[in-house]
Amino acid sequence: MTIERESSYLPEKQGIPADSKAVGFLRAMGAVVWKDLSAEIRSRELLSAMLIFALLVILIFNFALDLDPATRREPTITAGVLWVIFVFAGTLGLNRSMAIEKDRGCLDGLLLAPVDRSAIYFGKALGNLVFMLMVEFIVLPIYSLLYNVNLFNPGLLLVILLGSIGYVAVGTLLAAMAVQARTRDILLPILLFPVVLPVILAAVKASTGFLDGSEMEVIRPWINLLIAYDIIFSAVAFMVFDYVVEE
Amino acid sequence: MIKVRKLVKRFGLKTVLRGMDFQADQGEFVALLGPNGAGKTTFLRILASLSRPTMGGVNIAGYRLPDQASAVRRRLGVVSHQPLLYGDLTAEENLRFYGRMYGVRDLRSRVAEVLELVGLTPRRRDLVRTYSRGMQQRLAIGRAVLHDPDVMLFDEPHTGLDQDASAMLDTVLREVAARGRTVVMTSHDLARAADLASRFDVISRGVITASVKRDEIEPNNLLAFYRQALQEA
Ligand SMILES: Nc1ncnc2c1ncn2[C@@H]1O[C@H](COP(=O)(O)OP(=O)(O)OP(=O)(O)O)[C@@H](O)[C@H]1O
Ligand SMILES: [Mg+2]
Repeated sequence: MTIERESSYLPEKQGIPADSKAVGFLRAMGAVVWKDLSAEIRSRELLSAMLIFALLVILIFNFALDLDPATRREPTITAGVLWVIFVFAGTLGLNRSMAIEKDRGCLDGLLLAPVDRSAIYFGKALGNLVFMLMVEFIVLPIYSLLYNVNLFNPGLLLVILLGSIGYVAVGTLLAAMAVQARTRDILLPILLFPVVLPVILAAVKASTGFLDGSEMEVIRPWINLLIAYDIIFSAVAFMVFDYVVEE
Repeated sequence: MIKVRKLVKRFGLKTVLRGMDFQADQGEFVALLGPNGAGKTTFLRILASLSRPTMGGVNIAGYRLPDQASAVRRRLGVVSHQPLLYGDLTAEENLRFYGRMYGVRDLRSRVAEVLELVGLTPRRRDLVRTYSRGMQQRLAIGRAVLHDPDVMLFDEPHTGLDQDASAMLDTVLREVAARGRTVVMTSHDLARAADLASRFDVISRGVITASVKRDEIEPNNLLAFYRQALQEA
């Protein structure tokens, strides 16, 4: 903290280290991630809900579309179904992760901490990203087995990572916004899906490209688009988070 | 220590604080008294930088809100209506988490000390969601004093506490005040407030309508003073 003191009434107290800004930022962000992971390890509420939901979606697609095995393995179908699963399971996780903060007024507790509020945002977003990647990590092999498609393609994994980053970056911000409202469970998807559409579109296109073995020239624009979205969304969230959470 | 000038807070079209002036010096213990809906919680939330003032100036410990909020928060301890605790973490983990957020040094021993202070050492490894209301309130108080703040804001802190816990809270409050910290506490319990505070401010419909120091009033007359302050408003 390099803020000028207008008046001094007490010496700098023990217990308040004069950390550099960056150290304080990382420490707070790490604390938030640690807290979310420890709570989840204990309750497993978030992951189990996301996973059960993801598996149900896989099954429903199987029966609802009633595709023959060849069509089922079409890259467009596979990419589409995978991202539908990730988006919906992700919404569930985002909602839950913010609901925990609202439960005993914890969001206020976080906001009372003397840290840059974007550290709280990045901590929450990183925790959400970890949960989302874990679900994806479990869904991929199951999907591979059930539909007999090979999903272990490094390109596809990269797309899933980039797409999830973009999704979580916007999703965490909008979940923080939605949690203030009474109708938060319905509000989040309504706010999130339109905004995140470009990310999903780029992710589906790039995933399809990798699955059907397209030329890199065809895929690269979509990857670049994903990277651009990730950076832009993180930057916007970084700037506006403070205004979103304060009443 | 706390200086508030012409503070206005609106929620949409509804004006809750109407040009409120307030001041508390270092070491003062101010009891903020007023009927339901007077704006006490709203006022404390603004001091705590959880809510932005619509107009007016707030200065705490030499720092202005909202632009120097981070420096203000470092010196602030808050006990609100809600416990601000995570149900899926233990008492110890909750305190350790908040300690990291505040950058508290020697965290392990400080956490043990605070747990002892609020009488939760035997239950420190239990999940907070298994705690009773009063135990959560005890831990909430521990959470608020963890980083040894200069200014403490208490919003009806005695709600839900049993005799022992109330006595513990009173001890904490007295100790905090005795060490020269500034305290603002809202309360509906006049007798308790009369016991603890060094000054009594009455708030009604968003302004302070009367203020009296402890040595200017007999404890028995506080109720009459309060009633009169509300009538004049
Ligand atoms: N977020 C909000 N949006 C709209 N109105 C609000 C909001 N918060 C508080 N109010 C209004 O502000 C007024 C003051 O509320 P506040 O909670 O500050 O009262 P209080 O003095 O703490 O009352 P109590 O003694 O019941 O705790 C009330 O009329 C309330 O409806
Ligand atoms: Mg109140």
